[in-house]
Amino acid sequence: MEDLRFEHSVSARAGGSRTSAIVGVVASGNLEVLVERVLPDTECAIDIKTAAIGFGEVWTAVIGDFVERHSPGGLRFSINDGGARPDTVSLRLAQAVRLIAENGQ
Amino acid sequence: MTGWQNNRAARDARIAAGAGFARGKLVEAQDATHLLEAVIRPGDRVCLEGDNQKQADLLSRALLAVDLAKVSDLHMVQSGVVLPEHLDLFDRGVAKRLDYAYSGPQSARIARMLFGGKIELGAVHTYLELFARYFIDLTPHVALIAAVSADREGNLYTGPNTEDTPTVVEATAFKDGVVIAQVNEIVDAVPRVDIPADRVHFIVKSDKPFFVEPLFTRDPAAITEGQILTAMLAIKGIYAPYAVQRLNHGIGFSTAAIELLLPTFGERLGLKGQIATHFALNPHPALIPAIESGWVRQIHSFGSEVGMDDYIRARSDVYFTGPDGSLRSNRAFCQTAGLYACDMFIGSTLQIDLQGNSSTVTASRIAGFGGAPNMGADARGRRHPSEPWLKAGAEADPDGSALMRRGRKLVVQIGETFGDKNVPLFVEKLDAIELAEKLNLDLAPIMIYGDDVTHIVTEEGVANLLLCRTAQEREQAIRGVAGYTDVGRRRDHGMVARLRERGVIRRPEDLGINPLDADRSMLAARSIKDLVRWSGGLYSPPSKFRNW
Repeated sequence: MEDLRFEHSVSARAGGSRTSAIVGVVASGNLEVLVERVLPDTECAIDIKTAAIGFGEVWTAVIGDFVERHSPGGLRFSINDGGARPDTVSLRLAQAVRLIAENGQ
Repeated sequence: MTGWQNNRAARDARIAAGAGFARGKLVEAQDATHLLEAVIRPGDRVCLEGDNQKQADLLSRALLAVDLAKVSDLHMVQSGVVLPEHLDLFDRGVAKRLDYAYSGPQSARIARMLFGGKIELGAVHTYLELFARYFIDLTPHVALIAAVSADREGNLYTGPNTEDTPTVVEATAFKDGVVIAQVNEIVDAVPRVDIPADRVHFIVKSDKPFFVEPLFTRDPAAITEGQILTAMLAIKGIYAPYAVQRLNHGIGFSTAAIELLLPTFGERLGLKGQIATHFALNPHPALIPAIESGWVRQIHSFGSEVGMDDYIRARSDVYFTGPDGSLRSNRAFCQTAGLYACDMFIGSTLQIDLQGNSSTVTASRIAGFGGAPNMGADARGRRHPSEPWLKAGAEADPDGSALMRRGRKLVVQIGETFGDKNVPLFVEKLDAIELAEKLNLDLAPIMIYGDDVTHIVTEEGVANLLLCRTAQEREQAIRGVAGYTDVGRRRDHGMVARLRERGVIRRPEDLGINPLDADRSMLAARSIKDLVRWSGGLYSPPSKFRNW
């Protein structure tokens, strides 16, 4: 296992009113993403527990693109990764930010 | 002695030699090898019917067993090198030279044999190209073909998998060649005449039905969310804006995902009747939900698909069928249809380079071309207009005169940035080039040339290469959808951002695609069993796809 943490300053607060959401599953080649609206509007944090060791550089690229494209201000992401491919990680993060942006509890 | 009918005399002599093993045209299976030894001469061009699906397997084994003193050094001219026996012929010395089109299941062994010098390679062709050469410089002396049944005169019924047979027989029988058919049964009257008796010289009854592989069945249970996202990008980013009605789908999970999204995602977008109405396509089981939902008006097929017979028979408004009710396929005509009458080809590949050239050849596998290059190429002889063709032509040449400007076929490569076993789809240099250098080939085996490709779709977005004005823009458009592969990570971020502003690259968010829709619940069928249900029980999947 490897633990990674990324913190980014973000220009805008993520939309919607939900306080948390969860997408994906913990399985080989897949990942689970828990997202919580717990940070100040201009901050974003991503904590990763991954089964695949030595992919920090790819994670940096994936997280960097995600933050730039989706501006997830105020959100903390906790990722449980079963060795997913980077495209799967991107999709799950996009789904998480979309789900918490939907109206609801 | 010179004359003008030497070939006819030679053909008659071959038939007379073979007649010793026949009663009328009928030959017992155990005499098949003797028949071939009598009819075939050393160095002959022989077409051993190996199609994409149907295989003349009994005749393959019979040919493999010939006495090398009588038959050797044959020049095999066949579209598919599929069975192990097809290559055993070269190992044994029965055959020496090979011209072919497709070798999917034997791709690793054929590569080894080419490197080892066991096979003298003429060329790897596309289907239409090899068929064309049957009529010019690769006309078979002997054709060994497969059919479902024959009557005693030799009329043949090929059943739903007619495939290449009419083309092979046409070239052989009308140019003084000998046609030998293996059939599953001899009947009093064939259900329909696919090949008339006067083109068939000998019939061998096989002890078991010829081999057919279900090549076009994709289990919906194996479709991933990434493939669903990619399929949604294709539908909303290409099918919809170009209003593509006439098209061909390659084999693969990405196109199967598109087929299964038409009745759900496509319906929601209001696209029914606007897109995907007319196909050049094998009877893909994954298309059943779209057909049942009224999306598809007509399909012409290269071959059939195992398990689809009853469904096709019951849906004759959609498929081409004979007076007996079963499918009539024809590879040569369907390839022509795909080349000239379709506005789009969409399919997967194994490698794409920075110019958009693609190849299914890897360092150790030579799968051949099959039909994709015919589908995935602009038809320079095309003259009829259509909305997608004209729109694509205008995008490529916005300043040209509308009356003089050629249209363009949409040639779309679709796939995930990382394929099977996390192998990247995008590469700086194709393995095909390395192979050509090693084998000393005149041409690298390119499946689809970059200048024919109009769009590349991955889960990261759609790249529209028609809108690129320079080689550099083209390269960055490709890098810009190459995800986190090495090719993708070496992109020029500023240039990719500008291409996105111009709509050359479109991301899921640019197309209004909700990532939460990339979910398996969006598939109209999520299992083979669902497909059976959609078909009203008419689809009968082969046992390897059953798990109930």
